[in-house]
Amino acid sequence: MDKMMVTSQQNNILERMTINTDLARNILTGFIRDQISKAGMKKAVLGLSGGIDSALSAYLSAEALGAENVLAVRMPYETSSENSLIHADDVIKDLGLASITVPITPMAQPLIERFDDMTNVRAGNIMARTRMIILYDQSVSWGGLVMGTSNKTEFMLGYSTIYGDSGVALQPIADLFKCQVRQLSRAMGVPSAIVDKPPSADLWEGQTDEQELGFSYDAADTVLYLLIDERYTVEEAAEASGYDVAFISKVWERVKANHYKRTMPNIAKVSRRTIGHDFLYLRDYTGRQGKLS
Amino acid sequence: MRVNIGLAQMYPKLGDVQANLDSHLQFIEQAKAKDVDLLIFPELSMTGYQIQDLVPEVALTTHSTHPIFGQLMAASEDVDLMVGFVHEDARNRFYIASAYLSRGKVLHIHHKLYLPTYGMFDESRFLAQGNSVRAFDTRLGRVGMLICEDFWHMSPPYILWMDGADMLLMHSASPGRGLDSENELSGTRWVERVNRAYGGVFTTYIAHVNRVGYEDGKVFAGGGFIIDPDGEMIVRGDYFKEQLVTHEVDLNQLHRTRARLPVLRDERPGLMRRELGRILDERLKD
Repeated sequence: MDKMMVTSQQNNILERMTINTDLARNILTGFIRDQISKAGMKKAVLGLSGGIDSALSAYLSAEALGAENVLAVRMPYETSSENSLIHADDVIKDLGLASITVPITPMAQPLIERFDDMTNVRAGNIMARTRMIILYDQSVSWGGLVMGTSNKTEFMLGYSTIYGDSGVALQPIADLFKCQVRQLSRAMGVPSAIVDKPPSADLWEGQTDEQELGFSYDAADTVLYLLIDERYTVEEAAEASGYDVAFISKVWERVKANHYKRTMPNIAKVSRRTIGHDFLYLRDYTGRQGKLS
Repeated sequence: MRVNIGLAQMYPKLGDVQANLDSHLQFIEQAKAKDVDLLIFPELSMTGYQIQDLVPEVALTTHSTHPIFGQLMAASEDVDLMVGFVHEDARNRFYIASAYLSRGKVLHIHHKLYLPTYGMFDESRFLAQGNSVRAFDTRLGRVGMLICEDFWHMSPPYILWMDGADMLLMHSASPGRGLDSENELSGTRWVERVNRAYGGVFTTYIAHVNRVGYEDGKVFAGGGFIIDPDGEMIVRGDYFKEQLVTHEVDLNQLHRTRARLPVLRDERPGLMRRELGRILDERLKD
């Protein structure tokens, strides 16, 4: 079965994933304000790639904090597409964000060229981690938290670089599947050129996520929604979606294999009380009160 | 008789009992200015919800000499209060608790009966389970108190109804889940639907307060409400906003509704006891 096409059966499941965008917007902007104020800050810094996820995070952040409190950082690599930069600029202008551009080639290239056996995947990881370094540096000078831009679909699939794009201080859209990111983006006025273009990590020329994954985001959303949110078994998900068991199993294996990217590293436990195990306090236990408006 | 009820949709500060006491006192001042008779705070209003290893630090005893609890008692001189806190009993067990305070005294303490320990909840790991549910008399009539998961089970509201409560006072720290295409989160809808049903089938007033704010990304929706004995929602607070909601209820509505619909008169708790006894006996035999 073609994992790029959507049947009416699959479309019905995608329909079930429709969200009330006003409610989502309210909860997510409130979350951003709350998290930033609990950190004792008023600002955020965000890597703006020109893609839909970082664009949506920018719109939410600007609404939550005021555009003047959001620093958008464009971090192109020499092979980054021209369109990415233009789309990032569209977002900056539309929202009136503070912005800087820090090309990463001078930082990343020496490491990439240091090894003859460099691969695309390794180079991509180096770029993602270089961007993380820049954002955390700007976090200090700008005085804002590093805003996450990951969605639930890529987080579940492990389609991210550990300590790269996953190295952030808060995650406003990581509980939204890709189709929900699109829906909320449209509702918030993210330019349609960004919403409608094929998603790409833009780590090398011509790359698209769906080509690299081998299936469409719609297929991934459908399967992940059934398996995770709705607690279907693999067999039940196959019956409900029309995707074959082999494909659904492959997605599920991918989720499991990448679980380490979503959790803190294990600590060998030897004392009477260990961090994360029986030393349990919320991350929000900061001594500061959150702010709702 | 008319009773002016206040619902304090507050955002408790996690683990900071002193800061939360100050918020309580501010809400109480606002409520007094609006002639509120009974002011209800959310579940764990003195501590925040997911207190985990903070439980022993934030727990209170219920003596008038306690530096924090004593101030709450004193503040109940002019307005009755229902507050949420962690109660440490004489043998150092910790409970999620509700206190009803009136005229400077503790009228009743309820310990949460059902501690959700599934999904996003982990209450039983840190807290002891309550073991009784009782209605009690107040200057405003006979009432009963329940805490969040308590009313996700139908037996506690039923027991309070049979014990004479004409007003069920509910409070929650209910994390919102289930964003879909509807206007409210699915958890919010469930709570409203079930409490409307309780109001209707028990021909009883229900007041419910949920907290607001965030804890580690969990959002608390607020939207406190009062249900009348016909099962109608007569007031609801805003979602996601810290606010004091006040509404005057007419207790004579109990008379009118029950004259029309005598389900309380016809209820047969003896039948319930007999059949439940039989069911439990049969199960014991297995």
